[in-house]
Amino acid sequence: MTGRPEAAALEAPAAAAPVVALRDVHKRFAAGSRTVEALDGLSAEIGAARITGLVGPDGAGKTTLMRLVTGLLAPDSGSIRVLGLDAAAETRAVQASVGYMPQRFGLYEDLSVAENLELYADLQGLAGAERRERFERLMAFTGLGPFRTRLAGRLSGGMKQKLGLACTLVRPPRLLLLDEPSVGVDPVSRRELWEIVRRLVGEGISVLWATAYLDEAERCHEVLLLNEGRLLAAGPPSRFSARLEGRTFAVRGEEAERRTLLDEVRALPQVVDAVVKGRDLRVLLSKQAEPGYLESHCRTLQAGRARVTGVDPLFEDAFVALMKEQPATSAGRPARGGPSSRGAAPARTKTAAGRPEAVIRVEGLIRRFGSFTAVDGIDFQVARGEIFGLLGPNGAGKSTTFKMLCGLLPPSDGRALVLGIDLRRAAAVARGHIGYMAQKFSLYGNMSVLQNLRFFASAYGLTGKARQERIEAALEEFGLFAYRDAVSETLPLGFKQRLALACAIMHDPGVLFLDEPTSGVDPLVRREFWTRIDAMAEAGVSVLVTTHFMEEAEYCDRIGIIYRGKLVAAGTPEELKAAHATPQLPEPTLEDAFVDLIGRYDSEHPR
Amino acid sequence: MTGPSIAGPAMRLRGLVRKESLQILRDPSSISIAFVLPAILLLLFGYGVSLDARNVPIALVIENPGSETGSFAASLVGSRYFAPAVVRDRRAAEQALLAGEVDAIVVLKGDFARRLWSPAGAPIQVLVNGTDANTARIISGYLEGAWQKWLAQYAMDQGRALAPPVTIEQRVWFNAEVRSRNFLVPGLIAIIMTLIGTLLTALVVAREWERGTMEALMVTPVRIGEILLGKLIPYFLLGMGGMALSTAMAIWVFGVPFRGSAAVLFLVSALFMLAALGLGLFISTLARSQFVAGQVAIIVAFLPAFILSGFIFDIASMPRAVQLLTHLIPARYFVSSLQTLFLAGTVWPIVLANAAALAVMAAVFLALTWRKTRKSLE
Repeated sequence: MTGRPEAAALEAPAAAAPVVALRDVHKRFAAGSRTVEALDGLSAEIGAARITGLVGPDGAGKTTLMRLVTGLLAPDSGSIRVLGLDAAAETRAVQASVGYMPQRFGLYEDLSVAENLELYADLQGLAGAERRERFERLMAFTGLGPFRTRLAGRLSGGMKQKLGLACTLVRPPRLLLLDEPSVGVDPVSRRELWEIVRRLVGEGISVLWATAYLDEAERCHEVLLLNEGRLLAAGPPSRFSARLEGRTFAVRGEEAERRTLLDEVRALPQVVDAVVKGRDLRVLLSKQAEPGYLESHCRTLQAGRARVTGVDPLFEDAFVALMKEQPATSAGRPARGGPSSRGAAPARTKTAAGRPEAVIRVEGLIRRFGSFTAVDGIDFQVARGEIFGLLGPNGAGKSTTFKMLCGLLPPSDGRALVLGIDLRRAAAVARGHIGYMAQKFSLYGNMSVLQNLRFFASAYGLTGKARQERIEAALEEFGLFAYRDAVSETLPLGFKQRLALACAIMHDPGVLFLDEPTSGVDPLVRREFWTRIDAMAEAGVSVLVTTHFMEEAEYCDRIGIIYRGKLVAAGTPEELKAAHATPQLPEPTLEDAFVDLIGRYDSEHPR
Repeated sequence: MTGPSIAGPAMRLRGLVRKESLQILRDPSSISIAFVLPAILLLLFGYGVSLDARNVPIALVIENPGSETGSFAASLVGSRYFAPAVVRDRRAAEQALLAGEVDAIVVLKGDFARRLWSPAGAPIQVLVNGTDANTARIISGYLEGAWQKWLAQYAMDQGRALAPPVTIEQRVWFNAEVRSRNFLVPGLIAIIMTLIGTLLTALVVAREWERGTMEALMVTPVRIGEILLGKLIPYFLLGMGGMALSTAMAIWVFGVPFRGSAAVLFLVSALFMLAALGLGLFISTLARSQFVAGQVAIIVAFLPAFILSGFIFDIASMPRAVQLLTHLIPARYFVSSLQTLFLAGTVWPIVLANAAALAVMAAVFLALTWRKTRKSLE
């Protein structure tokens, strides 16, 4: 690599002087009439030539920290030293040696790949042969070579992210700051990004990586865990999880009773956290739980026999434990533990159990746009009370399929039936039975919670007493009563999501469509959300969800992987994992299976 | 691709200007605001809107036809300003006025012929539809003129002296044909350049904030001055291009005379463009969303340029307070310069005063923008 900085890594081995040192940093923002303490006396260090993960729930102060380090914001008090320079006073010098990729990659979508790079090369003062050489390297590095002339706006999410990265690497920085680079990016691209960043670290670049994905945090050398502007913990991720040794378990019961089992396990006093993980439940016990606690209690559960095995703690367990053991400092966070399925479940009649009934039936669905076939003959069925996940990389045809099922886009061929209604003939009728929650929570931001609920109730044709009852029930079910007059824009993310869900199910739909429901949401809010979805499925609602998020896929009963317009695999998460087990990787994660599947498909079906 | 001589600031500026130019060329809305919109506005105002009264439908009530009334009626029929319809009674004329079929009623009373030669003179009654005050004023003015003219002519023909011995001889300077197009079209150039300079720049800077590209730019070694220049240069050129197009259309399509110096026109336009760009950039440093920036630009730049610049409404006939307000509108100075340069020629006192005002405004807006813009997200 050309340019100055890589020598720094040789002079500064991993344990030497940190590249960033923050001392008692405060940063406040005015949000309307009140001030928000974005960073509240933060002291932390970021080591050289390593990946430091910046982890924390939404609103913890991750982006603020990044902007302070780049000098885009000045601290109210405290000192920030970056590469030996004062970030607030010597901003230009700092900016000359850091690379920063903001959340939306900072690309000009109407410029081509090469033009974006040219711009950043001009701005970074890279000229002549040095520039040409650097471009060749970056193109090879990121695999963007064949797309030089393509407009950035026409790239897939993964390629945009790589181009954004390449732009920050035009002149090799000594410190690279990545703000949630993998949001909205599929697992294959996510892996490639990790590969690229690891190589950069090998060349001596220090990396600060903000993320809400806890499996990503696990791959960092060091982790800074932020919460409400304070540093909750710091250290290598293994040290986080080591503290939970002997407190994490997998519980496996009868397949059909999985959700009942989850409810019962959650109700146990010493259980801190329990989530569905494929076929199993993953359970975290409190510090006080004596050995054998889970085994002895599992024998008495109604859900039937359950097998308990100890498992290695993950970073996510540590995160949840740390967050839940925190005293709740503000009313902003949703209630810990989340609602029980029982209490939250709207009173819906369950159909005669046992007989699987296809509520959503998709047969040979095809959608063409001109000469391009976006969806190329997809078949699947979703039973009553089943949660079905649609996974796939960007541009695979996932959203197009989803839109056809919602009746928003007519299929070119094939059939899509929801509750026996053909969407091609009676899309409007079918929509009356569908609840739909969009990625960005389609709420009216400047209206209050109550006004939003009233509006959606009316939109679904509820009037008079029925409307009033439904609204009151929703306020009750979703714990929104205290917030009924709050402007929905100002709600904490978790509550916004609750409200969006409450609005989507105003009309008691038999089918619920969720489009990337928890992207950008922290793990605690995600858990709470899925508890509600579980409860609804339990009550007989069929749920169809699209996601990028492998952990989310694990909550599904079955998943279908869409790739290049076709359904390339479908089954339970366990089946998919088992199908991709290899001698080298006997227990693949769902992400491993996904990446393997896509790779295999590509080699069997060359384009 | 890159010469070794160019380095640092120049290279950064080149990168920014090239980026901005590519964006303009690829964005259909920029091109349409700069070239298509001016053409449409010019055609609309050039052909569609006219403040002249021509072939105005009027009802002529002749209560007692005679040779005198016949002569007056013939003079009205012969005029290119009026299309009179003769009716016998007043009621029918009023019906026509109410129905909007005529814009005015002229009543020649039964004793018209008798009183014509009396010392008091023969009154004619004129009723004008006053809904549109502007048109009403024009029509009554024309009718008055037509009456005076006929009276003088008729007296001469009859060889008799008339009560008012003074004859009015009108001579219109600068716009001899009294075509409203001749002063509307040059004024329109100011409106068009306001659109390009203020609205377009306000939008594009806000767009960089919205899309997060500004954040990425700021973490490069680029300086604020370079970012601002990188916006100014391409949009300046675009605005001057729009200006050239509008001027060419004014002269060759609409036949508006151009009596001033082309070099002076260029310089004054350049000054106005800088003021408009300065205002646009200033708006966009304050409003970081395209929606807000667009609204503000329309309210503080476009509407005043339309209403308060003297483009359509005469500043001298505005209330005093509003007249004072117009001094804050850059377009006011530009409209006045344009109308002078096109219709009267290079009248130095007017042009210099306007140019000085524009230079001051450009300097103020650009300085404010410079001071307000920080390489910071706060």
